[in-house]
Amino acid sequence: MNIKDRILEIVPEAQFAEQGDLTATIPAESFHALAERLKNDEDAQFDFLLSLTGMDWGETLGVVYHLESTKYGHNIVLKTMTDNRENPELPSVTDLWEAADFNEREVFDFFGIRFVNHSDMRRLYLREDWVGYPLRKDYDDSLNPLRMTNEVTEDTTEELSLDDEGNLINKTNVLFEDKEYVVNIGPQHPATHGVLRFRTSLEGETIKKIEPYCGYIHRGIEKMNESLTYPQTLALTDRLDYLGAHQNRHAVCMCVEKAMGVEVSERVQYIRTIMDELQRIDSHLLFYSCACMDLGALTAFFYGFRDREKILDIFEATTGGRLIQNYNTIGGVQTDIAPDFVKNVKEFIAYLRPLLKEYHDVFTGNVITQQRFKGVGVLTREDAISFGATGGTGRASGWACDTRKRKPYAMYGKVDFKEIVYTEGDCFARYMVRMDEILESMKIIEQLIDNIPEGDYQVKMKPIIRVPEGNYFASVEASRGEFGVFIESHGDKFPYRMKYRSTGLPLVSVIDTITRGAKIADLIAIGATLDYVVPDIDR
Amino acid sequence: MEIKKPKIKSMQYEDFKDNEYLEKMVAEINAEGTNVLLGSLDDLINWGRSNSLWPLTFATSCCGIEFMALGAARYDMARFGFEVARASPRQADMIMVCGTITDRMAPVLKRLYDQMPDPKYVIAVGGCAVSGGPFKKSYHVVNGVDQIMPVDVYIPGCPPRPESFYYGMMQLQRKVKLEKFFGGVNRKEKEEK
Repeated sequence: MNIKDRILEIVPEAQFAEQGDLTATIPAESFHALAERLKNDEDAQFDFLLSLTGMDWGETLGVVYHLESTKYGHNIVLKTMTDNRENPELPSVTDLWEAADFNEREVFDFFGIRFVNHSDMRRLYLREDWVGYPLRKDYDDSLNPLRMTNEVTEDTTEELSLDDEGNLINKTNVLFEDKEYVVNIGPQHPATHGVLRFRTSLEGETIKKIEPYCGYIHRGIEKMNESLTYPQTLALTDRLDYLGAHQNRHAVCMCVEKAMGVEVSERVQYIRTIMDELQRIDSHLLFYSCACMDLGALTAFFYGFRDREKILDIFEATTGGRLIQNYNTIGGVQTDIAPDFVKNVKEFIAYLRPLLKEYHDVFTGNVITQQRFKGVGVLTREDAISFGATGGTGRASGWACDTRKRKPYAMYGKVDFKEIVYTEGDCFARYMVRMDEILESMKIIEQLIDNIPEGDYQVKMKPIIRVPEGNYFASVEASRGEFGVFIESHGDKFPYRMKYRSTGLPLVSVIDTITRGAKIADLIAIGATLDYVVPDIDR
Repeated sequence: MEIKKPKIKSMQYEDFKDNEYLEKMVAEINAEGTNVLLGSLDDLINWGRSNSLWPLTFATSCCGIEFMALGAARYDMARFGFEVARASPRQADMIMVCGTITDRMAPVLKRLYDQMPDPKYVIAVGGCAVSGGPFKKSYHVVNGVDQIMPVDVYIPGCPPRPESFYYGMMQLQRKVKLEKFFGGVNRKEKEEK
């Protein structure tokens, strides 16, 4: 099926741009009907909303959608816009993809676009009393001094909906009733893994509803990127998901390289792949440590951290950084690998392999672990896809969503490894996926480490990098899901818009669905196994 | 006058930087003379206080992972008496602000600080907490926690290495050792009223 023809058949006014990725511009009034067809038609089945990006094009405000079909693997970029800057309104697609819920709230927060029929049109990251929309090009920051007053949390929310005659009406929806027993968890709570806040409605010990509040570590990286040159933007990517620092940066470098048509040497591909996998082991070891600690197994925390330090030593010898390495650059890597890199990596793998068994002996088989993990917080495959919960969480629900297999990049097309997929979708499956992935990562590294080819570690680039005009998207499999980078370039040395597909945002948005009916203590186990990193959610 | 020199195990007084700052602080504290009896009691209590500073488990971003590494086996902050990380501000002696503080977080952090009992200390860890760091120009980042609460020790780095954490913690220990407890830091709040 030709997607272009199909779109033209449904919406004859659609316009296509060939610069960068294939992008279809759809008028706002026919957008929802098209989206519905693309989602539901038998031969289209775009069931995965990969990314939803708000845009400010000066005259118009709009949204860019990246859609993908999990069945056929094809993808399409859709654009829709409105020229009303005072009261911008666009149709909501929350009824088609659950992932749109938080993403549309994000767009409302940053651009002020109100989505018609979205049942919860509140700000997602910024305070309710924030003035203006920061990612608009005409945003005035002087209106928002540091407010030290405590924030007021409302129990109601706004909805803009259409009545039967097609008129827009404002509706007020209730989040929590007056009689409900609502417990506040976070933002300062050790089990939320950072500054995330949950308002939890309880019936006895049973969770009735959870409202996540994000933004306590929203650092405005996307807006900052618009005034940074491409090499400068790289530094901030490491600080998004610091347990996937290499991978995040890899994605941005790949995206710019793809746009510029730069081919990096095979040596660089090898180094990047090995580093990505080491980072994944590092992240999964930390996951193991923290998940165990959250359930009260403090010894396991020490085991995980002890072995993680060995990876950090390897990183440090080559890159100079422990946690944040600033290693990838556009067209290569910062510096060649350390002379004893190969030896150290091999030693580390030989060291870690028997210890994994010990990990399982200490923790996995434990009766408490089994009872607190098995059958708790079940995420179905349909929900995982609809919410876009990629990574270990998606694979634990039976969705083979590994970017390394779906869209092979770097050396992943040439190495042999198994995609770990469990079908239970509970906490135990999420835990086991990550433990098994450590083994697969070691397998990948072993296949590459002895064959690193000779060559340059950096392609010569111009001092000022100007990306040709167009839209570009690239994604990698980061430690906790698909991390994507969307760049819209207008041919300048600064990106016009740079958006990161957060790996953690979908994971937080599923939390309400999978905790319904669970006990409050299960929230800790569920949060631990979802394995989100809060600065990556908030960006 | 010879000033009192705080003793830190395995690190000489001369090896520390910023000794002038410490000497100035001692001169100010002792400007009105020292009570011999209370002074000796102060030393005893400060010895205990400085070697059991309980931090609040507070981390917003990257530096928090290094803070966890501090607690784990290789770096082991228990050697300095810092290991009892408390999840409640009411039980903590000091707060290590690990990570970026955003506009939304600032009132929450201030409230946490206000909930801590006196005497309390603040360490600003990492570029973000010191000055806003790489996010200085962002619309949603506080340019340094010293805008919202007094800071005792600054630890630069992005993120700082565990060794830098220790250096900063030892600097705080030195400060604690020199303070007057009786009629000094234990009554700070009353004086403010």
